[in-house]
Amino acid sequence: MKELSVENLHVTIADQAIVRGLTLRVPRGEVHALMGPNGSGKSTLAKVLAGHPDYEVTKGKVMMDGENLLELEPDERARRGLFMAFQYPSEVPGVTIANFLRAAIQSRLPDGEELEATDYYAKLYEKMELLGMDRSFTSRAVNEGFSGGEKKRTEILQLAMLEPKYAVLDETDSGLDIDALKTVAHGVNSLRGPDLGVLLITHYQRLLNYIVPDYVHVMVAGRIVRSGRKELALELEERGYDWAREGATEPVLR
Amino acid sequence: MKTETSAVNINRNIGDFFYPEAHVRDAGAGLSEKTIQYISDVKEDPDWVREFRLRGLKTFLEKPLPTHWASKDLEAIDFDKIRYYLAPGTAAKRSWDEVPEDIKRTFERLGIPEQERKFLAGVEAQFDSEAVYSNIKKAVGEQGVIFVGSTEGLKNHPEIFRKWFSKVIPVGDNKFSALNSAVFSGGSFIYVPPGVKVKHPLQAYFRINAENFGQFERTLIIADEGSEVTYMEGCTAPKFNTPTLHSAVVELVALKGAKIQYITVQNWASNVFNLVTKRGLAQENAEVKWIDCNIGSRLTMKYPSVIMKGRKARGEVLSIALANDGQHQDTGAKMIHAADETTSNIISKSISIGKGRATYRGLVHVPKHLKNCKNNTECDALLINATSRTDTYPAITVRGTGNAVQHEASVSQVSAEQIFYMQQRGLTEAQAMSLSVNGFVNDLVRQFPMEYSVELKRLIELEMEGSVG
Repeated sequence: MKELSVENLHVTIADQAIVRGLTLRVPRGEVHALMGPNGSGKSTLAKVLAGHPDYEVTKGKVMMDGENLLELEPDERARRGLFMAFQYPSEVPGVTIANFLRAAIQSRLPDGEELEATDYYAKLYEKMELLGMDRSFTSRAVNEGFSGGEKKRTEILQLAMLEPKYAVLDETDSGLDIDALKTVAHGVNSLRGPDLGVLLITHYQRLLNYIVPDYVHVMVAGRIVRSGRKELALELEERGYDWAREGATEPVLR
Repeated sequence: MKTETSAVNINRNIGDFFYPEAHVRDAGAGLSEKTIQYISDVKEDPDWVREFRLRGLKTFLEKPLPTHWASKDLEAIDFDKIRYYLAPGTAAKRSWDEVPEDIKRTFERLGIPEQERKFLAGVEAQFDSEAVYSNIKKAVGEQGVIFVGSTEGLKNHPEIFRKWFSKVIPVGDNKFSALNSAVFSGGSFIYVPPGVKVKHPLQAYFRINAENFGQFERTLIIADEGSEVTYMEGCTAPKFNTPTLHSAVVELVALKGAKIQYITVQNWASNVFNLVTKRGLAQENAEVKWIDCNIGSRLTMKYPSVIMKGRKARGEVLSIALANDGQHQDTGAKMIHAADETTSNIISKSISIGKGRATYRGLVHVPKHLKNCKNNTECDALLINATSRTDTYPAITVRGTGNAVQHEASVSQVSAEQIFYMQQRGLTEAQAMSLSVNGFVNDLVRQFPMEYSVELKRLIELEMEGSVG
C-alpha cells in the first residue's frame, strides 16, 4: 500500500505522554491537513515521524509504503523518501545551501555514482526561481542569519530538490507574511501530484486557503478527534477547537 | 576510500607502512658529544657548523623541559633511546631513477613524484635524516632560485646561508631549538633572488621510516627584495609502538617587499612528538604568512611567529588544528611588532573530538614607541563530544596610543538539533558531523591553495567517520 500510516501511536517525552493513540493514513498523491490547538502534539508527531531521538514511542506502528519506519535511523527514513519541513530549521554555519543540498542528494545515489554538477545547478536554479529566491542565495550558509520567511522558503526549496515520497510540513506558515505565504504555497502546490503525499501541519485555516487539502484532521490532546473533507477546516475556523473536542467519539483529556 | 593523488597525502592511514631499514650511517641511540662528532664527521661539516652543534648540545643539556606551562606528556620522551641520525650515506639525487628502490617506492606510494610533475616548481624528499631527492624545475633554477637540502646549502652557498642561519631563531630560544641546533640534518635551503616570483610552490616531504628515531630538519628560506615564494611541507610516519620525535627549526627571512607563504600539513602518526620552532622575519613592506594545519601527532607544540622588523611589514598565521582521542594540539601564533605601521592577523580554528585536546597560545606584542600598528586575532574552537577539551591562552601586550588590536574568541558545539536536521535530509550522523566541521573551517580553508583545501576536507571526513557512531 502506497501510504504513510500511523496506527495507535503513543509517544512520551521525559515520561510525559504527548501522543496518545493516534491513527492516521496519508496515501501517496493526497494532501492531508492536520490542525489542532497549541500543545495538541502536532509537532511531536512530525518529529517522531522523522525519527527525533528525544521522543520515545511506547506503542503503535508507523509504516511508509509497508515498511516499518520506527526501525530506521532518521537519515535512512529520509533517504527512503520521507521529508520534514521544520518549524524551526537549524542553522548549519559555514555550509552553503548549494553544498548542503548537493551532499543530501549525493547521499541518495548509489555508491560510486557522482552527482552531475551542471544538471544539479540547472535544477537548483529552476526550483529557486519557482520560489522567488535569488541565485545568490545558494552561496549563503544554511539558515544562518535568515529571516523567518527565508528559512521557510529554504525548507520548501529542499523539499523540491529532494523529491520525497512523503512530506511533513510542520507549521510552514508560521511567521510568514501574506506574500511569503503565497510563494511558499505556490511552491508546494507545484509539487503536488500522484507521487507525493503531504501532511500539512498547521494551527490556522489561513494556509489552507492557498494549499487546499484533500482531507482535514483535527488533533486534540494527542489524538485525532475529527476527520473530514476540506470543508472541515472552515467549520473548525467558525466553531473553534472546543467544538472539535466535544465531537470526539470518546472523552479527550485537556 | 578511494586512493587519490593529491597535493599532500593526509589520509590517516596512507603513511602507515615502512620498509626494512637499510641505513649505512647510524649515530646510535642516545645523545652525547660523541653523537655530535659522529654526525659532523659523516656530514663533513665545516668547523663552524661543528662548533655550532656543540653549542647546541650544551644549551640543550642545560635547559629544563618547559614543564611549568607545557604538557607533562613531554616527560614521556626518553632522549637516551632515540637515534639522532640515520642515513643511507649517499647524496640527494636529482632524478627519481637514482633514488634507492625502497625509498623511491615509499615516495611513489605517497604520490610525491606525480604531484611534482603536476604542479610543483621543485621537490625535496627527506627520508629519516637526509634528503634523498632534491630537484627544481629547470626554468625556476634558471631564474637563480636555489632549492637544496640544508647540508648542501651550507656547503655550496655559505655566503648567503651563514648570513641568516640561526639569526631568526637563536640556539637557546628553547630546549628543542637547542636540540635541533645540535643534531640538525636535512630540511631545505631556499634563496629567491630579488624580484623573482616563483609561480608554483616548492615542496618538501618529510618521511620518518625508522623506529626509535628523531628527525631534526632545519629549513632556511630567504626571499630577497621584492621576490615571492610559496613553500609547502608534508609529512608522514608509520605508527610504531615507541614514541618518535620530530623537532624542526624553520627560519624565514623576507627582505624588503618580499612575500613568503609557508604551508604545513602535519599528519604525523599518533605516536609522534612534534616539537617545532618556526619564525619569520619580515623587513620593510614584506609579508610572512604561515598556513599551519595540524592533524596528526601525539603532542604538537608549535607557535609560528613573525617578527615585523620593517615599516609596513605584515605577518599572518592561519591555522587549523584537529585533536582526536590521544592527541594534544598545542598550537598558536606569535606576532612581534617591531616597526611602525606593521599589521598582523591570526586566525586559528581548532576542533576537538572524543578525548582530544586543542590548546591555543597566542602572543601579540606591540611596544609603546610604535605608531599605527594593527593586530587582529580570531580564535574559534569547536567541541564535538562532551569529553573534548579546548583551552585558550592569549597574551596580548599593546602599549602606546596609536595602535589597534582586536581579539575575538569563540567556543561552539555541534548541537544535536543541527545533526538531526542534517540527518533528516539524508546524511548519516558521521556525514552530518563531517559537513558541520567542514563548515566550521570553511572560511579559513577557502584562503588555502586549492590542492590543500580539497585534501583537508577529505581528511576531516575520514577523521569524523572514525569518531562517530
